[in-house]
Amino acid sequence: MPSVCFYFQVHQPFRVKKYTIFDIGQDHDYFENPNLDTLDNKKILEKVSEKCYLPANQVFLDLLKKHPEFKISYSISGSLLEQFEKYKPEVIESFQKLVETGQVELLDETYYHSLSFLYSPNEFRHQVALHQKKIQELFGQTPKIFRNTELIYNNALAQEVEKMGYKGILMEGADHILHWRNPNFIHKAAGTENLKLLLRNYKLSDDIAFRFSNHDWAEHPLQAPKYGKWISQANGNGHVINLFMDYETFGEHQWETTGIFEFLKNLPEEILKNKDNDFVTPSEAIERYQDTGELDVQDYVSWADIERDLSAWLSNPMQNDALKKVYSLEKEILQSEDDQIISDWRKLQTSDHFYYMCTKYFADGDVHKYFNPYESPYEAFINYMNALRDLKGRAKSIASAKRKKARKAGKTVTKSKSRKKLSSVKASTKKPKLAKKAK
Amino acid sequence: MQISRYARKKYRDSLSALLSKVKSFAPRQEKPLEEQKILMFGWELPPFNSGGLGVACYELAESLSKRGSRITFVLPKRQNIKLPFADLVFASDRIEISEIDSPLRPYQTRSSYSKNVILDGSQYDPNLIGEVVRYGKQAGKIAKKKKFDVIHAHDWLSFPAGIEAKRISHKPLVVHVHATEFDRSGNGPIDQRIFEIEKAGLENADRVITVSQFTKNRIIKEYGVNSNKIDVVHNGINAAKVAEAQKSFKKLKANGKKIVLFLGRITIQKGPDYFIQAAKKVIKFKPNTIFIMAGSGDMEKQVINQTAYLGISDKVVFTGFLSQEKLNSIYSSADVYIMPSVSEPFGIVALEALANKTPTIISNQSGVSETVKNVLKVDFWDVDEIANKILSVLSNKSLSQCLADMGSIEVQDNNWDQAAAKCLQTYKKVV
Repeated sequence: MPSVCFYFQVHQPFRVKKYTIFDIGQDHDYFENPNLDTLDNKKILEKVSEKCYLPANQVFLDLLKKHPEFKISYSISGSLLEQFEKYKPEVIESFQKLVETGQVELLDETYYHSLSFLYSPNEFRHQVALHQKKIQELFGQTPKIFRNTELIYNNALAQEVEKMGYKGILMEGADHILHWRNPNFIHKAAGTENLKLLLRNYKLSDDIAFRFSNHDWAEHPLQAPKYGKWISQANGNGHVINLFMDYETFGEHQWETTGIFEFLKNLPEEILKNKDNDFVTPSEAIERYQDTGELDVQDYVSWADIERDLSAWLSNPMQNDALKKVYSLEKEILQSEDDQIISDWRKLQTSDHFYYMCTKYFADGDVHKYFNPYESPYEAFINYMNALRDLKGRAKSIASAKRKKARKAGKTVTKSKSRKKLSSVKASTKKPKLAKKAK
Repeated sequence: MQISRYARKKYRDSLSALLSKVKSFAPRQEKPLEEQKILMFGWELPPFNSGGLGVACYELAESLSKRGSRITFVLPKRQNIKLPFADLVFASDRIEISEIDSPLRPYQTRSSYSKNVILDGSQYDPNLIGEVVRYGKQAGKIAKKKKFDVIHAHDWLSFPAGIEAKRISHKPLVVHVHATEFDRSGNGPIDQRIFEIEKAGLENADRVITVSQFTKNRIIKEYGVNSNKIDVVHNGINAAKVAEAQKSFKKLKANGKKIVLFLGRITIQKGPDYFIQAAKKVIKFKPNTIFIMAGSGDMEKQVINQTAYLGISDKVVFTGFLSQEKLNSIYSSADVYIMPSVSEPFGIVALEALANKTPTIISNQSGVSETVKNVLKVDFWDVDEIANKILSVLSNKSLSQCLADMGSIEVQDNNWDQAAAKCLQTYKKVV
């Protein structure tokens, strides 16, 4: 009896606005840009809210009320929640209404949808804690399941996540990892006590997320009865079908005119027509079903591109450079103890910035281009690096102000003492040399 | 550590994937198409070219001949320099070169023409326009003697020749627009008579080829040509000719100086004044930068004065006109090449820079910006943005490496064989 587990990633980054070398030291706001349509976070958020978040939330709310057995799950990034609070608070209310049904599970992730696990375990833990706190505040839930940015995953991450108290984690059901294994079974993460893995069924997920409106696809137009049958076909060959996708699939990637909302409205009913089928949240899935074995994942896997690896964010020298530089500032930034500087730094960690710098498919003008608000990966890089340089300058000036303050407070005494000591040491080493020369 | 090794490997993978993809586009050894006989009128060929036009004519003719066309190439003769046509190497001996005794030289304005022509009882008309007309009449004589299927005339100086050849032979005329009077005058006041010659050529032509969509739009707007009559054939580059060049300016480079390159005629069309304005801004941030202006032209004095006025004379080097060999070596020494053209129908130089692995900045007001992606693009008037991008390339090695690697691979797609194939398509429509 296959259970269907719906999970939606809900995220928007703070895009870096057009930021030139002449703005460095002058303008410390990297994200507010009311002048350019393509890079104005507020306008983008309003547009996506109208096209996707608000209508999709309404559809799901109606469905949850109509079918008490219908379940869904979300992870909403902190950087998006902040933007809702700032520009569109009614979307938060509509998510709260969904959660109030009791049929919605919220997952944790890094607050800033970052790649921090790859560069700084400390920062990673901190961002997860921030996210957990935010979810508790807004929705009164404490997530038990973790979902790393863009489903980036390996054994080490699983071990870390278990230490942090989570019971389960989401992963891409990538062929090159699974081989003969079936993604429709729960697995256990290698090297953990008992952290459960939910594997994305990428075929059935992408039938909705990518192929739904593709006229060249043999199954187009996809309608709910047909899809319901595909779900039922897994009967006897798996426990849970994990349908993981971007929430923006509904109304933003697949526009309303494609019929995506109509499809959605009919889907639960069609799936429930088969008495063997039902819906579960990720927590329910791992409680109900035994795992069928351990899954060992050494190299990173993700749900991005055909490669299903890190190359969307980390495959050219610009991306490598930008990521290294932003994480190299960690100590300086945190020492500043300046909330604005720290939050700006964290906003600059969001994975999307590095995705925009990807040159992999640039010449083909494919999906990367659709999601890139910049004219080219190079433009993305230039704005980003300029902003980062300004941020570094801010942290430095705070550090030097602190030093000055400390000196005034009288701590200079110890410093000057140690300096004297140093100079006397130097002097004593010099003298014998001179003496030798004299001889 | 592990991550950056991963990035390096991924980058190499993606480059080689791109490279293999490009290679599959490389010129194929196809059966020769129907052997078109082409009477081609040009006005310069390398090595005596003063701009991209001569290169374009040479490469296009060579690629056409490789595809089986037989070409009679007509050139006006230079007075001071004997064109060593015998030394011109075309891949096929099917190309004949005919000379017409005329002192025409490309890119000259009417005033520079009058100054340069030596009026020692020669038969040449001191007036450029008259000379163009005379070239046309001579061309008619050639048209009578030669056998051909189609006439192909490059730019306005050869348009009267093309029209005359068509009148005599009743063969179809294709005119190829590499630049218009509006481009050459940098959107300033135009010479009405040159405009009229261009218009006559476009109207008499059976089909028009433009080097870009940018130029096609201009022809439609300014000359009222029906868009259905125009085909866009982007210029290409012969990547095989880009040899590994010796680096020049070794001393400067050894001192840690960064080199920003402008390369082209120093005329209003090419935007040299914007280059100097941007230089002023860049030097403020990075005093260790040297700006090289390779080329000559009627704005040279003005630009030198501007440099002095801005107080950056010690940072700007004027090289004068350079040979191709020198050019290659300058490309490979430059940290960034910039083409701030005010109005550039195509801009082959940008392809050459890319093939030389030089990070490249081009203006949006150029035809080449339609065909290349791995470059930085700016509006020519946006001096702040030009400076911003120059500084970004100079201060981020990762950016300059990506631009150089991806750009040099991408540019291999823009080859002359594809341009020749498109020309043959155009001929098919009229023959």
